[in-house]
Amino acid sequence: MTFYSPVVTNAKEIAGHEKLHLFEYVEDEKQYQLKRYLEHGGYAAWKTVLGKMKPEEVIEEVKKSGLRGRGGAGFPTGMKWSFVPKDSPKVRYLLCNADESEPGTCKDRVLMERDPHVVIEGMAIGAYAIGCHLMFCYIRGEFHHSIERIEKAMEEAYSKGHLGKNIYGSGYDLEMIVHTGAGAYMCGEETGLINSIEGEKGMARIRPPFPAIEGLWECPTIVNNVESLAAVPHIINRGADWYRSMGTEKSAGTKLFSLSGHINRPGNYEVELGFSLQKLIYDANYGNGISDGKKLKAVIPGGVSTPFLTPDKVDVPLDYESLTEAGSMLGSGGVIVLHEDTCIVWTILKLIKFFRHESCGKCTPCREGTGWLEQIIQKIEDGRGGPDDLEKLDSICGNILGRTICPLGDAAVMPIQSTLKHWRDEWQYHIEHKKCLVNQNFGF
Amino acid sequence: MILSEKTVKKINDKLSKYPKAKGMILPALTLAYKQLGYVDNEIYIEISEIINVPQLEIAEAASFYTMFPKKPRGKYLLQVCNNISCALLGADAMVDRLEEKLAIKRGETTDDGLFTLISVECLGSCCTAPMIQINDDFHENLTRQKLDELLEGLKNGK
Repeated sequence: MTFYSPVVTNAKEIAGHEKLHLFEYVEDEKQYQLKRYLEHGGYAAWKTVLGKMKPEEVIEEVKKSGLRGRGGAGFPTGMKWSFVPKDSPKVRYLLCNADESEPGTCKDRVLMERDPHVVIEGMAIGAYAIGCHLMFCYIRGEFHHSIERIEKAMEEAYSKGHLGKNIYGSGYDLEMIVHTGAGAYMCGEETGLINSIEGEKGMARIRPPFPAIEGLWECPTIVNNVESLAAVPHIINRGADWYRSMGTEKSAGTKLFSLSGHINRPGNYEVELGFSLQKLIYDANYGNGISDGKKLKAVIPGGVSTPFLTPDKVDVPLDYESLTEAGSMLGSGGVIVLHEDTCIVWTILKLIKFFRHESCGKCTPCREGTGWLEQIIQKIEDGRGGPDDLEKLDSICGNILGRTICPLGDAAVMPIQSTLKHWRDEWQYHIEHKKCLVNQNFGF
Repeated sequence: MILSEKTVKKINDKLSKYPKAKGMILPALTLAYKQLGYVDNEIYIEISEIINVPQLEIAEAASFYTMFPKKPRGKYLLQVCNNISCALLGADAMVDRLEEKLAIKRGETTDDGLFTLISVECLGSCCTAPMIQINDDFHENLTRQKLDELLEGLKNGK
């Protein structure tokens, strides 16, 4: 028995269909096969790059497109590639970060299962741009079907000469390895991922040196998210100006958003950056409103590492700048919707348990602090909260924020801080009345 | 040898592709786990001999990752995602129901060795919540009825 991710997309209904590219063929059941991929123009960009472009021209084109990292940080992809020292005698590595594990995010899995060749083609182009001859796809271990599909696609690509020695007679050699993770959120952080490939615990590394200078096995290394790489072949085929024509001035292109939680039509949606969050939640072609006819209580816009938005902030364009201005972050695009019967304390307890479990233990503030936060929040949730608990939470959060070498510490506390700010009365109520303010019942 | 010839061959094949042998620690552990359903000291020693990396370094890595259990588990590993998107749609109640139906607590294995139940962090199936991973497969958009049917099917060897 094999089960592949059921696709819930708006590919057919989306306004401006011609702009869709990441999900253009996602509903085609055979798109994962090389034959169909080629019929849809697959590997044309890779041929163009090897036949006609110098590595620096590829970097320039991607820079010009305005593509930014889709894993969460939003760092310009072309600029990242340009950080690899041109004169380094060392080998270079390109790593595709397919460790998708930010709660609320399930977009990369859809790409890998349904359109694996575009991921490989994007990786190949990125590898060429930085002068890499051995690239890795690091896929989280739980994604058996993603692993299967990417491995199968890789074999097909090798057998037809899209990977391997002297590709298309260009003289360029490129090998690929699929490396699977083993259940650690930390390996989605680029230095944790590098350590994991090296056979170490998936702990963060201090920067500098940045991976582009000294990464995998002390060699220049670039780590890019699946979705970022999947956009690259389209940029090469249709040009940077086409990509730039979508989205906003500073946030170009389209982005995949995973819409989950209390929503009538959960699913993965490809929209232009700058698309209205309000529309994503309420429009009939997208989320189609809050489930069970309830009122909206909060939205976590970019995966559980991002601060909560209150309902009055929902009319915000989904781009990097606007969400920062609204007090949150675009993150990985995991939009989680909470309706009015959701207890904020219970929600935060779920999140802090996750971060405490996934903290790699390297930095004291995160290792100890997430545990302390969990204990206090559990106490409040159980009706044993004390009068000074909220101040303690404020203080611990403040002592973790900005004091760890990787973003996990910040990610653990920013959502908590946002709720302590916007829903402080509800926290207070929970402590004083020893129970939830709302009547929460998520039955099954 | 506890590792089968097939597993050893797979490890050796992959080893030849890696620039450094230590990079093979996770892939080798993964292949060993796929064969046996667990890893332990004896396995670390065998892997150590194949890839020529100290046993201690293999043990150290294995200790960090949740997908390398040190003891065998049930024939069917039931992993219920209990992170927020699934929890909003009743994952807690789903684990309760599984505990009741299988008469075990989370973390335990049924006496007949058929089922091990664990509650895990996000499995990347948020838009199709609630969900359960059974061995390699994701079962999504679950309802009480679908879950019950699934369990019955597994009990009857389907």
